[in-house]
Amino acid sequence: MYDMKKLAGLVKELEDQLVVCMRCGMCQAVCPVFAETGREADVARGKLALLEGLAQEMFQDPEGVNDRLGRCLLCGSCAANCPSGVNVMDIFLKARAILTGYMGLHPLKKAIFRGMLARPEFFDRLMEWGSKLQGIFVKPVDDLLGTSCARFVSPLLDRHFKALAPVPFHKSNGRVNTPSGASGLRVGFFVGCVIDKVFPWVGEAVLRVMEHHGVGVVIPKDWGCCGIPALSSGDSQTFNRLVRHNARRFLSARVDYIVTACATCTSTIRKLWPTLAEDLSAEEWEQVKGIAEKTLDVGQFLVDILHLGGQEKESAREGVGVTYHDPCHLKKSLGIAAQPREVIKANPSAVLREMAEPDRCCGCGGSFNLQHYDISAAIGRRKRDDIARTGCSVVATGCPACMLQISDMLSQAGDRVQVKHFIEIYAESLA
Amino acid sequence: MIQKALIREFENVLGKDGVFLNEADRLTYSYDAAVLPPVVPAVVLRPTSRETLGKTVRLCYENGLPLTVRGAGTNLSGGTIPLPGGAVILTNGLDKILEINEGDLYAVVEPGVVTARFAAAVEAKGLFYPPDPGSQAVSTLGGNVAENAGGLRGLRYGVTRDYVMALEFFDSAGEPIKTGARTVKCVTGYNLGGLLVGSEGTLGVFSEITLKLIPAPAARKAMMAVFDDVNKASESVSSIIANRIVPVTLEFMDNFTIRAVEDFSHAGLPTDAAALLLVEVDGHPAQVEEDAAKVESICRRLGAMKIRVAQDAQEREKVWAARRAALSALSRLKPTVVLEDATVPRSRIPEMMRAVEEIGRKFRLTIGTFGHAGDGNLHPTILTDRRDKEEWHRVEQAIDVIFEKALAMGGTLSGEHGIGIAKSRYLQQETTRGTILYSKRIKEALDPKNILNPGKIIGVPSVEQAA
Ligand SMILES: Cc1cc2nc3c(=O)[nH]c(=O)nc-3n(C[C@H](O)[C@H](O)[C@H](O)COP(=O)(O)OP(=O)(O)OC[C@H]3O[C@@H](n4cnc5c(N)ncnc54)[C@H](O)[C@@H]3O)c2cc1C
Ligand code: SF4
Ligand code: SF4
Repeated sequence: MYDMKKLAGLVKELEDQLVVCMRCGMCQAVCPVFAETGREADVARGKLALLEGLAQEMFQDPEGVNDRLGRCLLCGSCAANCPSGVNVMDIFLKARAILTGYMGLHPLKKAIFRGMLARPEFFDRLMEWGSKLQGIFVKPVDDLLGTSCARFVSPLLDRHFKALAPVPFHKSNGRVNTPSGASGLRVGFFVGCVIDKVFPWVGEAVLRVMEHHGVGVVIPKDWGCCGIPALSSGDSQTFNRLVRHNARRFLSARVDYIVTACATCTSTIRKLWPTLAEDLSAEEWEQVKGIAEKTLDVGQFLVDILHLGGQEKESAREGVGVTYHDPCHLKKSLGIAAQPREVIKANPSAVLREMAEPDRCCGCGGSFNLQHYDISAAIGRRKRDDIARTGCSVVATGCPACMLQISDMLSQAGDRVQVKHFIEIYAESLA
Repeated sequence: MIQKALIREFENVLGKDGVFLNEADRLTYSYDAAVLPPVVPAVVLRPTSRETLGKTVRLCYENGLPLTVRGAGTNLSGGTIPLPGGAVILTNGLDKILEINEGDLYAVVEPGVVTARFAAAVEAKGLFYPPDPGSQAVSTLGGNVAENAGGLRGLRYGVTRDYVMALEFFDSAGEPIKTGARTVKCVTGYNLGGLLVGSEGTLGVFSEITLKLIPAPAARKAMMAVFDDVNKASESVSSIIANRIVPVTLEFMDNFTIRAVEDFSHAGLPTDAAALLLVEVDGHPAQVEEDAAKVESICRRLGAMKIRVAQDAQEREKVWAARRAALSALSRLKPTVVLEDATVPRSRIPEMMRAVEEIGRKFRLTIGTFGHAGDGNLHPTILTDRRDKEEWHRVEQAIDVIFEKALAMGGTLSGEHGIGIAKSRYLQQETTRGTILYSKRIKEALDPKNILNPGKIIGVPSVEQAA
């Protein structure tokens, strides 16, 4: 049995943050998981009440609480809409770490996070093998979307998952180091795992755009995962290692900014590295903070720093209809919504047409998708319907995780809609 | 503990997914938006059809299991805090809009439909459902009817009660009852709807609600008047109405709230103002222009320092964004927010404002006041930390005095947030002992086993105990 007193003590550390919740219930309006299930334990108010229940020793079921905390996309919709300003994300991530530290990490996750993620070269090699072998397991179903159906009966049966790219980005672009051109700027490019292994062409598009704008790019060797998969599973040990690993590499790159094309990486680096990385020396913490402040979404970099866009009236245009999905980690976490749209409009043949509720979560939520596929897919289908109703032939977004989920949903519905990163759309217009 | 056999019966009716037994799940139905201690129910039941809702109530009745119906759990008076060992019945699985009738101007809904979703569906047809509680993005229509919820438009358009045309509900034995009709006129039988609206789940469980709709107004205009004196603001309120203008909305904000909102949202509010009035008029375009001009001149005459009339939809949106931010802005200042709801005749608002200020001083508490000035329904909002026992004691004392003052001015304990368990002990102060007995007899007659949300509104069940 668990020592409940001790656990209560740990959870009590969150108390100052927990009492901020006034139980008004307004988060029910925006939680995508609650919209599907109608269960209070799935919405922020319920989860916060459960944590308070543990802290007050009202009941003794840390596993039950942990399971329910896991039924969450970490999309931040609740936090963005909370009248009381409850720091929901911070509480949830800390609580996951406390509960996991207390009950132990699931052995499979331990193998993945500690054995693979925390050791970037090993992880890369394993995924390469994966990409070579997957031809045996998956068959192409939809060339346009590039998603695959599992060939054999497997737990992944109804999923149309994106195949791993045959050559990951880090293979084709090992260590990059180009001088600053006309802009006089040099940026570090934090590629991120999903772009590297599934959408390397998004990484290529970033390089092309930077070259066009005369921006030098540095990609350090052996960059690693941003750490969010580990952190959201409560594995702060692996998270800390990854923060330190990456910080060191980007620090020595001496760049003006760090850009990413992954909303989740940007949000993790900016908001979670400085607040949730532990065991850093004072000096290291300063460095991490410095890196976090310098890290920008690629759209934000182009628009806010290089002043791309804003020049032309769009209504007069004819061209390819593009609709844009706001990743939660850009809009709700960082307030970035206008810039990606500007980047899309910078392609003269793109006509931006908004879908209903463009900032509604697509339902991916990282490992949530794997653990609660039915809920994730139900949320995703709403997004698919909103996309389909626009009649656009392209849907753009700013996070490769959303790209995975949206590809899956469109492909299952048999839609002929291409899924792209907004940077690809702009890159296409640069001859 | 509930008998295994009964659980199996619930599962037969609702499916395994509709019966929550796990402790962690039950714990999340132990509270609502009131600042009160939680009580964990023994079981939580989630019917998804009107038929299974009725069967669920009947099973509770047959087994003497107390039940508390829960919509979105946003009420501010403890109305959905269950009895220990009791059941919670969720209505959010009953969320169908059954009909919107544009010819006869009514709509029929299930009780779990979310207010804002309904209002939007109605608006899409060019019609209007006015009651708009601050919680409308999540609150259910069943909860609105059971609390007789108000909102920002009460002054001109009334409250939920004014829109309930007919009700279908289950009595405590699960027997279906019907009252009212889809017609404007109906005198068939007792006006049971009148009794059921605002009954907080103590007299029946709504299964189907017929609501009145009205045509949407053609034009609207909003404005903000700035005052250096609370009295001038409240005189303006009385004078506007005395001049036969009935604005849709006539909202008030005190200096503390103004500063909190400004700190929070940087909306450009005048932080040195003693009070703000936010006014909206609607109707035919010509009438709207005329009313707006009159309101403006009245406010000026009574000493408004400044008046800002919204020129377009965007400016109008700004005015209301400031008002909507009030609760958020206040609640960020301290961990616990007690949103009071005592209401006075509108001519007594200046007096009530002074009383609240004095109470804040006397009990050394931070109180921000905003609310529906046009309805005399202010929300003195006490900012505190419920973990601080000594201060919490002072909060309770302050609330007692607020009620005393409101009643002394001919007001009422609660304008719109309900009695629940938070205010039931004050009920006799406002009414009479006989009133409580009368209410208890009704309750005993209609709910002989006392299983419908026991303990709410009228407190303890038996007639003897009240004597
Ligand atoms: C931020 C905030 C702002 C608010 N603003 C306002 C406001 O402006 N005006 C206002 O009037 N209120 C306001 N409220 C209070 C509250 O939202 C309303 O009372 C609302 O009507 C409650 O709806 P609900 O669905 O949450 O009901 P619940 O809280 O779930 O239930 C309320 C009561 O209704 C009963 N009930 C629910 N469904 C049924 C049913 N089908 N049959 C029988 N009984 C039922 C319950 O047993 C309970 O007693 C506010 C609350 C919050 C948190
Ligand atoms: S909206 Fe915020 S304060 Fe309200 S219940 Fe949800 S988390 Fe708590
Ligand atoms: S983070 Fe998203 S999924 Fe999780 S509780 Fe908040 S709104 Fe719901």
